Parts: sequence; structure tokens; C-alpha cells
Amino acid sequence: MSHSPSAALPVGHYAYDAVDRTFLKQRVAQFQDQVERRLSGALTEEEFKPLRLMNGLYLQLHAYMLRVAIPYGVLDAAQMRTLAHIARTYDRDYGHFTTRQNIQFNWIRLEDTPEILNVLADTDMHAIQTSGNCIRNVTADQFAGAAADEVLDPRVYAEILRQWSTLHPEFTFLPRKFKIAISGSQQDRVAARFHDIGLIAREGEAGRPVFEVIVGGGLGRTPIIGVKLRDDLPEEDLIAYLEAVLRVYNAHGRRDNIYKARIKILVQALGTEEFLAQVNAEFAAMDRARYRLPEATVKAIRARFGAPDFAPAGDAAEKLAAQRKADRAFDAWLSTNSHPHKQPGYCSITVSCKPAGGIPGDVTSAQMDLLADLAERYSFGELRITHLQNVVLGHVRQDALYDVWQALEKNGLGEANIGFITDIVACPGLDYCALANARSIPIAQKLSSRFANADLQREIGPLRLNISGCINACGHHHAGHIGILGVDKRGEEAFQITLGGSAEDNKASIGQILGSAMSEDETVDAIARIIDTYLARRTAGEHFIETCRRLGTAPFKDAAYAPA
Amino acid sequence: MPLLENGQIIQDTWQSAVEGEPLPSGNILVPLARLSEALGRNSDARLGVVLTSADEVEALREALPRLDVVVLTFPVFRDGRPFTQARALREHLHFKGEIRAGGHILPDQYEFLLRCGVTAVALPDGADIAVWQRAHEAFTVAYQPSILNEQAEGFAFRRRLA
Repeated sequence: MSHSPSAALPVGHYAYDAVDRTFLKQRVAQFQDQVERRLSGALTEEEFKPLRLMNGLYLQLHAYMLRVAIPYGVLDAAQMRTLAHIARTYDRDYGHFTTRQNIQFNWIRLEDTPEILNVLADTDMHAIQTSGNCIRNVTADQFAGAAADEVLDPRVYAEILRQWSTLHPEFTFLPRKFKIAISGSQQDRVAARFHDIGLIAREGEAGRPVFEVIVGGGLGRTPIIGVKLRDDLPEEDLIAYLEAVLRVYNAHGRRDNIYKARIKILVQALGTEEFLAQVNAEFAAMDRARYRLPEATVKAIRARFGAPDFAPAGDAAEKLAAQRKADRAFDAWLSTNSHPHKQPGYCSITVSCKPAGGIPGDVTSAQMDLLADLAERYSFGELRITHLQNVVLGHVRQDALYDVWQALEKNGLGEANIGFITDIVACPGLDYCALANARSIPIAQKLSSRFANADLQREIGPLRLNISGCINACGHHHAGHIGILGVDKRGEEAFQITLGGSAEDNKASIGQILGSAMSEDETVDAIARIIDTYLARRTAGEHFIETCRRLGTAPFKDAAYAPA
Repeated sequence: MPLLENGQIIQDTWQSAVEGEPLPSGNILVPLARLSEALGRNSDARLGVVLTSADEVEALREALPRLDVVVLTFPVFRDGRPFTQARALREHLHFKGEIRAGGHILPDQYEFLLRCGVTAVALPDGADIAVWQRAHEAFTVAYQPSILNEQAEGFAFRRRLA
């Protein structure tokens, strides 16, 4: 992306102007100053820690980790190349896409960090508020602006929320982190009910957008499905209402116990009715004119987003049909890794970052460069990171899909497993994380290898498998159809299995624990027996989660703990 | 303890109530628990109240017209409740007097405090004023409206910081 004012706007994300770039440079200078004050002793480690966290810098088991923000998961080819450059130059040649649509680098040196932040700023990127007790990266539907079922493009609102929450004077020292997700479709692809605030947009009267507001959901140690506060919040009140929710939380959220500090605990403690009454009292008392979101502001932000210049469909569909017929592997890939596009002749593609036996969400610098090249050539320069740790090319012409697939295939990115059992979501686990009780990556790799057979995966059908290395649940195991939780069992790594969780659609549910923890290999075998049970007991066309709901956990528990 | 106000260091001339002792004469700061006692004083001296981060500012609603100062206290810099207290004092209770922040505060929070309506900061002993000044000048733009009603910077909610 060029920075000259006459250049076309980047497709899919907000285009920075000079003011935004000045701000980023000032932010880097501020962090440089903070690092120097830490080194001189003017800041204690206790004081420095939240400041570095709010620049995405964690101290893990073996090194610093830097988490770079990818607002609403969208980045352009130049930005992806910057990430590749950082992986090559400052890390061990790879990065890890996260469940908040960000990327993290696991082997960063503290002294390199200001320079890395400067490199990021050169392509309008940063690590602001990717950690810390503040409002985090706002996530959005990975098929935003492309999906056939979309009511409005949630990225425009995610950008408005990103700007509003950036260095917010009142909400930067909250009781705990705060996560917001926004869906522009009634088909909830953002797990809105498992967020501190989930927003689901729909069309209201006179075609104006209204938002369903869900508050107090979350995973972690205490998984809770959020409660609905508003069904029909008008666009102009979006910021004011979120201010009201955050104020009640900042004033009354618990600060004596970090495990009870999320807004979900406050909502549960007060009860929905009382919480809602407090939010409404704040909303009624506040200066609404000051916080009003005028339609003109939404338009001004939307005008900073580039839109794809679609070509006529022509004979793209016929060409694609012939290619699918000729190449069975391509056809199989397309049937799992594509999503319908609203524009005739186009299609969205999910690039799997879950190769057989691989580490979920890890991508090498060469793969990042390839993705940037493909985006530039075939998808208007735009890329999206999904909360399921994959990458989406949003707008690919149907007659280019075969070329895209071949390039991905050659570079270890052609796995045809989106939505299947090997499309595993996993946290970094004890290989990196100081909080973890168990390693998430090796068991993910064993499961990925165990079910690598493409026909077997297809036979099993849609299945979400999530792995967390501890009860903080960064791998969202509660929301997995099958969840795996790493625990410490008398000093040994062990794993519990949960069943029946679901984050998507309007049927959010929390997985139930099957029984006592098992070793890594026992767990892999137990999951294989659970799958066998499903295949034996399912009715025609019934998905795994549906069979779980119909039968309950008992038969699966019997299978999991059956003597070998 | 020196006060930082409008970029200047000024001497704090207020006396604080001491627990278990009678209220001193002159301009005093009292905790919320002794507010009614202080309001009952037969004196023209000025009065301020010191809140903990757990106190509700709403409790000051009636007394506020007779108060010159409200002191907000950070038990630790991570406890962000005083930001909401300050903003509520300005926005809901329309308090026009001095809001002073005290306790454990970092220079990195200075601009946030100002934008929430704080006007003076009780500096820790030995504070380097240059660091606080730098913190105030670190950014020329903010991304949301504040009670200071700063000028718009281009479009959306961007505000130009002085």
C-alpha cells in the first residue's frame, strides 16, 4: 500500500492519514521513553509491566512475546510482508495467529521492541492494547464485506470502536481485560455470546442499523454465556451505550481477585436486572450529545475503507465447474475451504493454517510472503485472520481459485480441512506460556496426525476441537464440540475432555467435563473412541454436535473411559 | 507534598484532617466520614473532601456546592476507579472546583487524568517534573471526546490535544 494521498484506499481496512501516523510514532516514542525509565530504575517492574502489556509485550517462559494488533483481523499485503520481515529479522522465522485475530511472535528481545514497533508503524501497524486490563482488539466476522448473508459491514463499526477505545482516558485501567466482538450478520460467526460485549447488527426501521447488545459472556475459568441488554440499540447511541456499560464495570467490577474481575462476574453478582438498571441509569444521566455517533461520522470512517472493484462474472463459474470436475483434490478443497460471496463470480477462501501434524496457527515468513503475493494478485491486496487461527482471502474470482489452490498446495497451505476435526484451535500452552499446566501443541499435533486421512475427516464431518493448556481457556476448550483442557495431575501433564460446547450460531453452549484427566496418549485414544461412538450412533446427516445434544455425554463417557 | 497544576509546581497549602484529632482551623481536607462534621464548622475557611477509590461520588451531591476541592486517591496506579469518579464529578455532578489526584500515580497516566477532569496532581516525593511534562506533551491527538471538549481533529471522534 502506498502512502501517497492519491493512491487507492486499502481494501477492507481503514486507511491511516497523517494524523493517525503521527499518533503511532508518538506512541512508539512514549514506549521508548518507558523502556528507558525502566532501565534507569525510575519505573519499578511492577509499574512497567502494565505499560509494556498495553504495547503487547508479555514475558513468557523463555522469552518476551510480542502480540501485534490486526484490527478486526484485516490487513493488507504490505502489512503481511511487514509481519514476515519481523518473523525473519527479530524472531525464529515464524509467527502465530491468535484467537483474537492478532499475531504473536514468541522469541522477541526487549531491547528490539521499540525498533519493531517503529517498523510496524511504517505500514500503519502497532501492538496497542493487545494485552493489559483495557479494551482489546475488536474482532469481527472473517467474511465481513463478502458474505452473502451480511446486513452491514461490521468492520466500519469495529474501526469506530478501535479508535474510540484507543488510549481511552477512563478505561485504560479496568479491573480486567475487555473484549468486544461485532457481527454484521444474524449468523453469528464471532462468538458474540462469549465476549464481554457482543454486538450483532441488523437492519432497523427505515433501513438504519440497530444492534443487539450482549454483555457478560466469556470463557476462562468461569465460562458464561452473555445476557442480552438491548435488542435494538440505534447506531447513534452505540458509543454512549458502551461508555455506560464500561463505566458501571470500571466503578464496580471486582479488583480484589483477578479471577473474579471480568464483567461477567459483576453481571452474575448483580443479576441481569440490576446490572441493566445501573447501565440505564448511567446512560440516562450522561451527556448524550457528547457521545453521540452521528451518521456523518460513520460515513466518514466508511469513506476511509477501500472497496473491491469487482469484475463481471463472465464465464468464471463455468471455468471453475470444469476445473472441479477435472481435479478431485481441488474439488474437495473447495467444498470445505470456500464460503459463498455476495458478488456473482466471486468466492471467499479460507487458507488452512492447520497442516497435518502441524502447529495450529503457526505460519512461516515465507508463507506470509506467499499469502501477501496471493492477496495482491487475486484478492484486492486484502487478507483476514480468523478467530479460528486461519487466513481468509475474501474476494477471489472463481476462475482464479485453481491457481490460488495450486500455489497454496505447493507451500504447505493447501489442507482441505476447514471446519473438520483437524482444524484445531490451540493456545501456545506450556511450550511458551508461564501460566500453562500442560503443553497444548504436542497433543494438537498428535490429534492432527491421527485424523489426517482426508476421507476420514470428511466422513466425520463438521467438528470443532479446541485445546487449552490451562483453565484460563485461551484455546476456548469450553466452546469446542470436543474440548481438551490441560491440567497438572500430581506434577504430570494430563488432559480433561469436555463435550458439547459451541460458540457459533445462536446455540452457544458450554462443554461438559466427561471425567478425570488422562495422559496425552490416553486422551488421543479416548477421542478416537468418542469419534467411533459418534460414527456408530449418528443418524443420517447428523453432525457431531447434534449427536452430542441428542444422546448426552453418557455414551461418549463410556467410550472415553473404556478399558483399552 | 508538591502539587502539579497547569504545568506548574505549587505549594499545597491545605491541611489534612488527622484521624482521632479535632479538625484544624483553616483550609482543610477531610475524609468522607468526617464531611458532615466539617460542614458544621463555624468557619469561612475552605473545605475539601478526600475520597477513596471505593467511595461513590454520588454521596457528595448535596455537599458539592460548599466544596472547593475533591481529592481522588489511587491506592495503586492499576486501580482505575478514580478516572470514572473524576469524569462523573464533572459530567454528572457538574463540579467546577479543583479535582486533585493523589496516591500512587504514574506520569504515564497524567494525560488520562486531565482528560477525565482532574486539575491537580499531588506528586510523589522526588518526582521528576520533566517526566510529567513530557507525558503531557507525548500526544497531539486523542481518539475520543472528553469532558475537556477539545477541538475536533479532522473527522470522527479525533480530538486535538493542546
